[in-house]
Amino acid sequence: MSVVRRGALALASPVLALLLAGLIITVVLAVIGDDIAGFWSVMSSVPEPRNAVAMLNQASVLYLSGVAAAIGFRMNLFNIGVEGQYRLAAFAAGAVAGAAWLPGYLNSLLAVVVAMAVGAAWAGLAGALRAYRGVSEVISTIMLNSIAGFLISYLIVKVGRTTGNATGTDPMPEGSRIGTIAIFPDSPTELYGLSLLAIVVGVLFWLVLNRTRFGFELRATGASDSAAVASGVDSRRMIVTTMLLSGAVAGLVGLPVIFSSAYNYGSSFQAGLGFAGIAVALLGRNHPVGIAFAALLFAYLSQQANLLNILAGISPDIVAVAQGVVVMSVVIVYEVVRRYRVRAEQTQVASTLSAESRAAAPTEGAAS
Amino acid sequence: MRRFSKIAALAAAGTLVLAGCGGGSGGSGGSGGSGGDSGDSQSAEDVCQSQADGDGPSIGVAYDVGGRGDRSFNDSAYEGLKRAVEELGATCIEAVAGQDENDNVRAERLRTLAEGDYDLVIAVGFLYSPAAAEVAPEYAETKFAVIDGFSQFLVEEPLDNLADLTFAEEQGSYLVGMAAALKTESDHIGYVGGVTSPLIKKFEAGYEAGARSVTPDIQIDVAYLTEDQDDSETAFANPPGGRNAAAPMYEDGADVVYHAAGSSGSGVFEAAAAAGDNMWAIGVDSDQYLTAPEDQQPHILTSMLKRIDTAVFEVTESVADDSFESGGVVYDISVDGVGYSTSGGFVDDIEDQLEEAKQQIADGEIEVPTEPQG
Repeated sequence: MSVVRRGALALASPVLALLLAGLIITVVLAVIGDDIAGFWSVMSSVPEPRNAVAMLNQASVLYLSGVAAAIGFRMNLFNIGVEGQYRLAAFAAGAVAGAAWLPGYLNSLLAVVVAMAVGAAWAGLAGALRAYRGVSEVISTIMLNSIAGFLISYLIVKVGRTTGNATGTDPMPEGSRIGTIAIFPDSPTELYGLSLLAIVVGVLFWLVLNRTRFGFELRATGASDSAAVASGVDSRRMIVTTMLLSGAVAGLVGLPVIFSSAYNYGSSFQAGLGFAGIAVALLGRNHPVGIAFAALLFAYLSQQANLLNILAGISPDIVAVAQGVVVMSVVIVYEVVRRYRVRAEQTQVASTLSAESRAAAPTEGAAS
Repeated sequence: MRRFSKIAALAAAGTLVLAGCGGGSGGSGGSGGSGGDSGDSQSAEDVCQSQADGDGPSIGVAYDVGGRGDRSFNDSAYEGLKRAVEELGATCIEAVAGQDENDNVRAERLRTLAEGDYDLVIAVGFLYSPAAAEVAPEYAETKFAVIDGFSQFLVEEPLDNLADLTFAEEQGSYLVGMAAALKTESDHIGYVGGVTSPLIKKFEAGYEAGARSVTPDIQIDVAYLTEDQDDSETAFANPPGGRNAAAPMYEDGADVVYHAAGSSGSGVFEAAAAAGDNMWAIGVDSDQYLTAPEDQQPHILTSMLKRIDTAVFEVTESVADDSFESGGVVYDISVDGVGYSTSGGFVDDIEDQLEEAKQQIADGEIEVPTEPQG
């Protein structure tokens, strides 16, 4: 297959997937009887600067969550527990930062380390159960999600405070808060300082995956478990280490919001980012760059949902449907394109072979 | 690996699509309640679109998760909105929250409403508090009101365009607690709460205090559907959970059960109906006798009324006549912000006692605790 054709196919997959998703959403809107033209004009409108910043903020936490999920996925570990890991870690970070045992940024640093440790420990539980007791990590992480919720509710009563109808951890001191970055001069929203963690984590993820022995073993185990074991990979150790890493990254998910906006862990903390991260990782094909595009797309969709509701009178829930449809169409289209490519390659090989054998035929015939 | 990612994608997409479908849950900020006289607002009628030519104040309303048609929290706000449109000539626009939002998305919703040159933005549900505290300083010309809100605790200095409309749920609960204690024949009653949040604990505290004021050693069974404050599905959109919590109370001898669990409460009514004659349930937020199925109506003793509709109407009125009050506005029993319903006539014989207690609470002679005494 020519290079041009190969490149066209690679580009065709995401484009086709988005077209298919758009088509399905249009059909869904038509069936419900919603305003299709309104939907598309709102969704394609250029966001205001403040929305653009909000999208970047949301994309950065989705990216962290996506990478946390992708680390496990690369070796076929389905860590559904990112949800519980990041919530518990965010709560721990909020509690530690609020307690203010250390001055200034030392306090923030401690809170970040605690968050990563808590996330890693919560994921490590599931990893150890899988490695040493053979418990499926799918089951154990789902259960740990639920336990995390109860644990937070229990602990928040012990260490938190109630203001009006809300409960939360104590607000952290001014000196431990992390500033925001103004991207546009007169936008009321600014980029969270810790959003930059997403870039750091992305680069590290790529480096570890492609430039270290651990990354190689991780990819090898994902590609073929038995082949990896045969070539000397200690699969138990791999499972535990991978879950610890995945959990540590999950621990970062809640931090940009806590340190730059909410200043505590409270009632209005966003849940559901862990599950969204699974979809983002799949959409980004578990690739550091792919996940970034997926996170941006999901953040874009959820921001525009607001306008959709107010300007076009369409329920914002349609956007959750849209996100699901995008994930499905990406998987379907990639599979179709992959099969097409395999078949094209086979045809090509076959025709080359038959041409060669035809060229060789006269001599063969003479010999027999 | 390929098969793995396909299964994973199916699961992830399924979750998202189901989340989209599941939008009709009880409000996460809501103390719950299903129905009331608001059942009719489920139809396609939309007062914001049908009557867009009023000359009264213009209102933007941001609903909690579920939006209109939840027969609960949001519908009660809509009732108030409808009244404001009809009586004050208000014009309005509505927006609804999606699942699992963050403060940014909520703030953006309030900004978009404020930018449409609306005089008043009403945010339904206490989760809007941080967002309202952030947005209010940016739009000095627009008034912001948060139902059940705590935004006043989040701003550095008081803003004159931001109000929290809260309710003295414990006072209304005190009265239905008295009703329960006066009606029980076994001196054994029950309470089912949605989630162990400070808001829902207020219902328990009042109920308990009211019941003990009648019978000091009355037995009160208490159950909460979840302790996870982020899990509003299990708390407020979980009728089977409500039924499972209430049924054993009736079996153990309780004959009145009060719920503060949103639409999960319909399970409590089912359990009361299934437990047989003279088994009672007490509704919450709106007059639930009016929306309950016929077979459950004879079991609904009364309902604790939380007048979100009154709050929405009155705050609109205050904007119309320029008397908007900022800071914390409490709708308590003295302004009929909370109370009890009499539909069905089951509490007629004890109404004198309830009215007397109501007066005493309003006068400050009885002080109702906001935290359960145990």
